Amino acid sequence: MATTTVKTETFVGKRIRRREDPRLITGTATYVEDIQMPGMHYAMILRSPHAAARIRSINTKPAEAAPGVVCVFTGKDTKGVGVVPCGVAMPDLRVPQHTILATDRVYFVGHPVAVVVARDRYLARDAADLIEVDYEVLPAVADPEKALAKGAPAVHPQWPDNIAFTYHQDGGNIDKAFAEADVVVKQRIVSQRLVPMAMETRGVVAEWRGADRQLNLYTSTQIPHLVRTLVAGMLGLEENRMRVIAPEVGGGFGSKLNVYAEEALMGFVSTRIQKPVKWIESRRENFTCTIHGRGHVDYYEVAAKRDGTILGIKLKLIQDVGAYHQLLTPLIPQLSVLMMPGIYNTQNIRADIVGVFTNCVPTDAYRGAGRPEATHGIERMVDVLAAELKMDPAEIRFKNFVTKDKFPYATATGLMYDSGDYAAPLRKALDLVGYVKLRLEQADLRKQRKYMGIGISTYGEICAIGPSPATPAGGWESATVKIDPTGKVTILTGTCPHGQGEETTFAQIAADELGVGLDDILVIRGDTAVVQYGIGTFGSRATAVGGTAVYYALQDLKAKIKKFGAMLLESDDVTLIGGQVVDNKTGKSTTLQEIARASYRALKLPPNTEPGLIATRFWEPPNFTFPFGAHIVVTDIDGETGQIKIRRYVAVDDCGNILNPLIVDGQVHGGVAQGLGQALWEQAVYDDDGQLTTGELMDYALPRAHLMPWIESHHTCTPSPVNPLGVKGVGEAGTIGCSPAVVNSVVDALAPLGVRHIDMPLTPEKIWKVLAAKH
Amino acid sequence: MFAQKFEYTAPKTLDEALHLLANGAKPLAGGMSLIPMMKLRLAAPEHLVDLRALKDLNYIREAGGQLHIGATASHYDIESSALLRQKCPLLTETAAAIGDVQVRNLGTIGGSVAHADPAADYPAALQALEAKFVLRSEKSERTLSAADLFVDALTTALQPGEILSEVIVPIDDTRTGTSYLKMAQPASGFAIVGVAARVRQNAGKISFVRIGVTGLSNRAYRATAAEKALEGKTGSAADIQSAAALVARGVDANSDLHASADYRKHLAVVHAARALKTALSRIA
Repeated sequence: MATTTVKTETFVGKRIRRREDPRLITGTATYVEDIQMPGMHYAMILRSPHAAARIRSINTKPAEAAPGVVCVFTGKDTKGVGVVPCGVAMPDLRVPQHTILATDRVYFVGHPVAVVVARDRYLARDAADLIEVDYEVLPAVADPEKALAKGAPAVHPQWPDNIAFTYHQDGGNIDKAFAEADVVVKQRIVSQRLVPMAMETRGVVAEWRGADRQLNLYTSTQIPHLVRTLVAGMLGLEENRMRVIAPEVGGGFGSKLNVYAEEALMGFVSTRIQKPVKWIESRRENFTCTIHGRGHVDYYEVAAKRDGTILGIKLKLIQDVGAYHQLLTPLIPQLSVLMMPGIYNTQNIRADIVGVFTNCVPTDAYRGAGRPEATHGIERMVDVLAAELKMDPAEIRFKNFVTKDKFPYATATGLMYDSGDYAAPLRKALDLVGYVKLRLEQADLRKQRKYMGIGISTYGEICAIGPSPATPAGGWESATVKIDPTGKVTILTGTCPHGQGEETTFAQIAADELGVGLDDILVIRGDTAVVQYGIGTFGSRATAVGGTAVYYALQDLKAKIKKFGAMLLESDDVTLIGGQVVDNKTGKSTTLQEIARASYRALKLPPNTEPGLIATRFWEPPNFTFPFGAHIVVTDIDGETGQIKIRRYVAVDDCGNILNPLIVDGQVHGGVAQGLGQALWEQAVYDDDGQLTTGELMDYALPRAHLMPWIESHHTCTPSPVNPLGVKGVGEAGTIGCSPAVVNSVVDALAPLGVRHIDMPLTPEKIWKVLAAKH
Repeated sequence: MFAQKFEYTAPKTLDEALHLLANGAKPLAGGMSLIPMMKLRLAAPEHLVDLRALKDLNYIREAGGQLHIGATASHYDIESSALLRQKCPLLTETAAAIGDVQVRNLGTIGGSVAHADPAADYPAALQALEAKFVLRSEKSERTLSAADLFVDALTTALQPGEILSEVIVPIDDTRTGTSYLKMAQPASGFAIVGVAARVRQNAGKISFVRIGVTGLSNRAYRATAAEKALEGKTGSAADIQSAAALVARGVDANSDLHASADYRKHLAVVHAARALKTALSRIA
């Protein structure tokens, strides 16, 4: 023990480089595909080439006789396995039996029909071609509006109308609002199907250890604990006999916030063959068999006064469900309804959702999950209204914002917005982009018949998902912080970071709380045998909910450290600072290492205190958080080709307090890239027969580095009162803010031609057709 | 995405390669198209002969007043060749417009030309350059023009056992200007439409025009009607416009998810006009 002057370095708020990156960028990280085991077998899944067909017969014999093949399983063999779960309960929900392998029918291209297991993956692939399936091809329907039409083929014969669910929500008095309106604008707006396209496709290694009655399941997932609970249930295993490990996960974007047939199927196969088995999804399978996102057709009506005051919003939302419900499918459009009013002060809404079965792969959560669709809708409608009233799109927004004196603000959809100053980011973005000057330039260019547009999107979002009563599986998050006898710190988080950088940000939080260095801290996640039960990473929740659990566990631990420190210092007045406990009276101190050693050696214990330094907290958030921001996009359009060039991209995001600006930049950039993807390039297109015509990266246009504009990323800061860190979440902000800003910009450019709306993606041909039609 | 079983040979000499090819093996010259097709099992060659291992097919040199490019010169080799930049800038400009960095590092001119993708970039430039192609097999060697080489979509005049060993392009004088312009398909990077223009001016008049078009139809072609329309003119905006208007006339244009036939034709006209204008502006 010594008297010391304590020097402390803090980490929160600094641009700390991600500690996970060295292993990622040097190719030394361990993904599912990198897992090798003695006796590993390989599975290849035979999938339906048809969108709808009856299976008359399956002959697996030629495949079973093929070299290296151990066995082939079909739907008959897996009848004892539970169905793929839908985690959403709704009154009118129709839930088809989603067996892990097709039995008598197939419902979409890519539907798993049989699995071949071989000693070598090439032999498994060869053998899959030898399985003879006799299909009676049936009429299919791939478009949700066509599926709703009379006489459309029934995706599931027991429900001829193809309606998967309906949902209605009213807020305020919508009829009165529309009756009192000076003006009503209407628009059909499509949010096209997108492929989430994580760089790492899905993959599973299942290892049944018969002697231990233990199934180890390595899977590329965002939710290892939920996968354990649900897959153990499907397989009829006791949950404590199953261990789920999410090794390095190479991106998810919501597509791995799910429980998939293949996870249970590999578990089934491994228990049958008593050997480990590996299945790695091909890119082609990733296109056709991993969930898609979006898939909305929205019919909006907005009622307003002549001065631009929005009185009410009506939405008829047609959600393309696909052939089945995956884990959260029916929930996603409900998130859209929650976000319907955006950040505007209107208390009158009416929403009617109809979920529609189609012969396509199911839709589910994709970055933003319902919120980009809703934001695209309201932000487009505000511009449509502004055009109708000949108002400036910035002015109409300022007029309708919920003002900052109104927080917490109860929305017509039942949310309580935590904090906000919506005008601030818009003012800042307008300044940054030089709005007034740009409008003058635009007027000049219009005289020369040149097309330049300025698009504004002022978005809000629902993050930090969320309070448990409002989530399907509990919305809390867990953390354990423990200090070893030698004083090193380990954080076990129930979240499952897969690119979001919490190995760095959680260490920053702990380093500041304990006064230790980042290198003294290890963050572990993604192993149900190591980490206490947790919910996972999605919905911009990991830092706001999981980080808060870490924060509270640290508070408990600090109290205990101080007790031990006080005992060692024989003081009743101590402070924990800079990794030391200091006697406030004498200035004497003891280090964390000394305290840790003493706590485990336990020669003496403080009153009512157990040995060891460990604390676990399960934090239940009292509310969501509600980040917001303003994105402004300036575009120039080639009048001859329709090609769009983004001249400026200004993003002002308010995500509350920022723990690591470098990581926030990365999240904004990535989100904007995917938002641009939807706005300009990406579309999952099924033809009338239900074949995915954009099923390869040669046809599905992902955003590429060389296509990215320079993103001018800025912030305002309105801390959230919901959690002690004051953070709101930023993982989805870019996707949510981006697409309407781009479309508003292009529509603004073409406004002199009378254009009010264009659906995404804004391909050059679409723009050219608009130009050609108007000239 | 697992290819069927195949044999792979990386021979040290061209003779060895030609011998293997004469016995049914298929050439691999970068694999930017072939490997994905094999992984999707749209192609299943039993034996691949990797030509990229052959040192004697990778060269770019000047001889006899022409430029000789070995078949396995990568797009990056061509893009970064100082010799080509000086003496055939159309080819470096075209190579730089291909795909992305990874594709340009691995893909070769021979592989691209022999594959004859109707949306590949090189064929437009090679049509405009009136390139010659040396075709070799174990027993023969012959030279074909671009007009004779490109037969149809994914089809050339190459016979089984025969490989494209060399591309020969002319060296233009300083009164010649060139340009390659394309609209890229955003997913694949291939040309929705690409136009290569090569023009020569003499005493204020355009004395020579070559226009190569790719992406529009089943194969790259020379837009001869447009060439003729511009020859002898001064090259005014109106001259260019009326010549460009002819590039797609009578062409059976491709139509797919990325561009309809009408749009492709329109783009061909726009890109032709712009490429001609740029080419003219580059005349020293």
